[in-house]
Amino acid sequence: MNVSLFLWVPLATALLLLLIRNIHLVRVVALIGSVIQAFLCIFLYFMYLKERARIGDAFMYFEQQFNWFPSLGISYHVGVDGISIAMMLLTSFVVIAGVLMSWRVEKMTREFFFLLILLSLGAYGFFLSLDLFLLFFFLEVAVIPKYLLIGIWGSGNRKYSANKLALMLMMGSALILVGILGLYFLSGKPGFDITQLKATDVPEKVQQVCFPLLFIGFGVFTALFPFHTWVPDGHSSAPTAGSMFLAGISMKLGGYGCLRVACFLLPAGAKAFAEPIIILSTIAIIYGAFATMMQKDLKYLNAYSSISHCGFVLLGLGMLTQTAYTGAVLQMVSHGLMTALFFAVIGMIYERTHTRTISEMGGLLKVMPMASVLLIIVGMCSLGLPGLSGFVAEMTIFTGAWQNNTILPRVATVLACMSIVVTAVYILRAVGSVVMGPLKEKYQSLTDMVWYEKWAAFVLLLGILIMGVAPGWLVALIKPATQLIMQKIQQP
Amino acid sequence: MMTLQQMILLIPGIPLFAFLMLGLFSKKIPGNYAATAGTILMGVTTVLSCFVAFGYFTAFGKIDGIYQPMIPFLYHWLPLTDLLEINMGILLDPISALMLFVVSFISLMVHIYSMAYMKDESRIAVYYAFLSLFTFAMLGLVMASNIFQLYIFWELVGLSSFLLIGFYYQKPAAVRAAKKAFIVTRFADLGMLIGILIISYEGKSLDFISLIDHFTNSPQQISGTFLGIASLQWALALIFIGGAGKSALFPLHIWLPDAMEGPTPVSALIHAATMVVAGVFLIARLFPVYAIAAPVLLEGIGYVGALTALFAAIIACTQTDIKRILAYSTMSQIGYMILALGVAGYGAESGLGFTASLFHLFTHALFKALLFLCAGAIIHYVHSNEMRDMGGLKKLMPITHLCFLIGCLAIAGIPPFAGFFSKEEMLFAAYQHNRIIYFVSLFTAGLTAFYMFRLYFSIFWNKPFQQHHSHHGEGGPAMMLPLIVLGIGSVSAGFIPFGKWVSSDGRPLISHFHLSFSILPVLLSLAGIAIAAFYFFKKKETVETTVNAMGGLFRVAKGKFYIDEIYQFVTKKIIFNFIAKPAAWIDKNLIDGLVNAMGNSTVSLSNHIKGIQSGKIQMYAGIFLIGVIGLAILAIYYWN
Repeated sequence: MNVSLFLWVPLATALLLLLIRNIHLVRVVALIGSVIQAFLCIFLYFMYLKERARIGDAFMYFEQQFNWFPSLGISYHVGVDGISIAMMLLTSFVVIAGVLMSWRVEKMTREFFFLLILLSLGAYGFFLSLDLFLLFFFLEVAVIPKYLLIGIWGSGNRKYSANKLALMLMMGSALILVGILGLYFLSGKPGFDITQLKATDVPEKVQQVCFPLLFIGFGVFTALFPFHTWVPDGHSSAPTAGSMFLAGISMKLGGYGCLRVACFLLPAGAKAFAEPIIILSTIAIIYGAFATMMQKDLKYLNAYSSISHCGFVLLGLGMLTQTAYTGAVLQMVSHGLMTALFFAVIGMIYERTHTRTISEMGGLLKVMPMASVLLIIVGMCSLGLPGLSGFVAEMTIFTGAWQNNTILPRVATVLACMSIVVTAVYILRAVGSVVMGPLKEKYQSLTDMVWYEKWAAFVLLLGILIMGVAPGWLVALIKPATQLIMQKIQQP
Repeated sequence: MMTLQQMILLIPGIPLFAFLMLGLFSKKIPGNYAATAGTILMGVTTVLSCFVAFGYFTAFGKIDGIYQPMIPFLYHWLPLTDLLEINMGILLDPISALMLFVVSFISLMVHIYSMAYMKDESRIAVYYAFLSLFTFAMLGLVMASNIFQLYIFWELVGLSSFLLIGFYYQKPAAVRAAKKAFIVTRFADLGMLIGILIISYEGKSLDFISLIDHFTNSPQQISGTFLGIASLQWALALIFIGGAGKSALFPLHIWLPDAMEGPTPVSALIHAATMVVAGVFLIARLFPVYAIAAPVLLEGIGYVGALTALFAAIIACTQTDIKRILAYSTMSQIGYMILALGVAGYGAESGLGFTASLFHLFTHALFKALLFLCAGAIIHYVHSNEMRDMGGLKKLMPITHLCFLIGCLAIAGIPPFAGFFSKEEMLFAAYQHNRIIYFVSLFTAGLTAFYMFRLYFSIFWNKPFQQHHSHHGEGGPAMMLPLIVLGIGSVSAGFIPFGKWVSSDGRPLISHFHLSFSILPVLLSLAGIAIAAFYFFKKKETVETTVNAMGGLFRVAKGKFYIDEIYQFVTKKIIFNFIAKPAAWIDKNLIDGLVNAMGNSTVSLSNHIKGIQSGKIQMYAGIFLIGVIGLAILAIYYWN
């Protein structure tokens, strides 16, 4: 299968959007483009299964390579493995839902959808890249639309949030760039190609320097403590689809980068810095959860809880066991779906009540039963209820973490487990006062979800349920890839 | 003819189907159809459960006279590590067969009863959907073959309990109670989760059968210790905490009385007969491990049970809300079951406590469901939960009266009612094993009789009932049928030769009946009834004098020993103010402040240095000159 197709489809969609004048057509084209992409992703999954059955274990499938700047060793090199397929599936689901949730964007509709598709193009490219330069290029493609989405279509203190987000992510990017260049010049064999670097024994000294640069750099994207403060403001000021993309896709870029670039290419660094990673991610989990308890605004609540949940991804990476790594990828997928749905529901409620303050709502179950049930379901997913995706991911991480039988990981795991209680407290508090309780007079006439909201929710809910009820296929998809990564890390 | 596997899959499958159908189409299906459909589906499940349970006990369960655990179904759900894997399996053994029967039977009774009790409720389809969800989860829990599978269904019963307690979601008290129940049990589940992580690491498996094999055959091969205690002990203690949360054992009991905010049939099903005994079931499921590898811990668990039994009984004496009294009595009876497990050993005669505990679980499910359903009928009739609004209902509600009396006699342990047999067995096991626990449970038996009959007399006797016109009768046949069936069960269940079927090691246990031993407990119970009658039929002053004489003790008991207030203090004051608030503050001010400060300082720095690019040629020339001189000095310096 030609995986470049996954770049052509969003690119063609984006360009087509620029040509269209009719606003309604713009939405339809964006939707069709994203649906095609989603079907392609599902098709890719089955093609992968077939290819895997044919050629067996491989590092990458469907590789393509063209020289780009041969003098610098930069090439257009793409390919997929189980992890990237999982991330692409996630992306395609979130994109469809995000496009649908933006159906009623009135201001500069065409530009809005253009930026959404451009962002998704960056994400797909990032997950496909096997060349560090290409990967960095796509990372930047995904960052810039975010700034504009928040700055132009955002709400509240949007200029501040947009600046903060862009600057902090740029800082992350700068660290990544330095790390990549360091790897290029010091690895002993100049090159940006991941498949080549994989085979290179990067000197331990170089790893000691480059690993923290890369890990922190990517970590900024995935709310590594204490570089997480762009998350609450950024998510809260963004328009609904913006928050969904930000939490559902962008934060995953960081986790994927940490795994694919930092830990995989620099295994000695991963081992040397395992303890700081565990400590920081445990802080993020617990501290993020407690900070969430104090939030009064639904969007801030979900943003802070994202800090806590993304902490699990990094915790899994710090544990250096295969199961924990698989769990980290599962958590990225689960969190992406869940948090996108959470933001979508918050968007629906905000659209009608014109408030996001938890204490001002109440009893919405009576007037908006469907949206309220969705909020309960997504809350339950967030607190790790079995049958929904969060449980599968968290339990895989916990079990994987417990297999690392030294003292710090054990303590960290116990502390991280405690977050399931704190999460229950803040989720039930929010659910209890938003959808339950007596209905306020002013909300008597609210109406329930409309068709595009229903479809957006359906797509994400489908993902959450499939992952929660039948996780076997997803684990089977991810496991061979994490196994290769683990082998590289564990080898002496 | 269906195979066993198909049949056994249908048992949880039908309630799941009912949940999905009723839940998804709750708006489309008319209420009474939903109730009928839910009840019929539950009826099918019950028939299948009975068939499987009795089939297991009488036909295919025994090999060489010993009941064997069987796994008729296994599905590999989620691989974790090379050794650990979450399987969705069905484990059939005497305990799960027993629970299969108890859960589906009581659930069916509640389904039938609710058809009448909830008929005016507009969201009856949703109600039945939740009931089905609960039944599905509870059946999955009792048949789980894998400890993680048990945890999954454990959480799902917690969810359905949350949904049903909060069924009247517009009532703030119901929402509060639902949240409280979920959070307290979640806190306990944290212990269970960590316990599962430890036990699976040590036992290299998540399946019950291999875990039990591993720990009972080689209890000494435990690798790790923590604070000087073997990690297996920690694991078992933590798992017990999980069970204590669900079973409302002291001090994790605070959610149960509040859970009475839910509809009364729900209280009968979830918070009296089935879900709250999940903790007992959990210990029973892992009983060989507890008994062989951690006997000291098991003894400690027995003390927790005895304390809970006594503590809840004391509080029950002071309460005035009928459902809360029943809730405290449930706590107390679960305490009994736990203490009986605590005084049991593995195998043969020493396993009497185990058999007694599950026997009591079985009889208690019958008579406590009966009492709750009677209470529902009474509340339905007088529209109040308060004892003082009742009285003189004997003539007005004859069937309910008779059934309630049977329930009270059964719980008080008066022969020949069901509770007598199971309680005698528990007391005897305690007497043989641990005298402290025995005396505590003996005293509690007397208290139980007292508070139950205090309730009984004030509902049904004296005080001609006048506050309300009897605008409707006692309740339709749908309400009376479950009462009568459960009433018959509460009279006759004691005669079942229980030990033949359920014992700690699968071998039949013939329990000897000690007539002389029973005299003391029965006398105490009778004394309790007599005191209750004395207080009730005497003038009110006697009660007041006694209350005054007890003074502080009474107030403390009426205030439920202020456990709720202690929790409130710890959560609201300490955790909220000293952890959550500072976390949010630090984030907003310190970390974010640092980021902002960095941003601001960059801005001000550039403000300062932007003056350099002023466009004044003279200044550029000056700086250029300074630079050249500086470089020259540096060059000369290094040159030398």
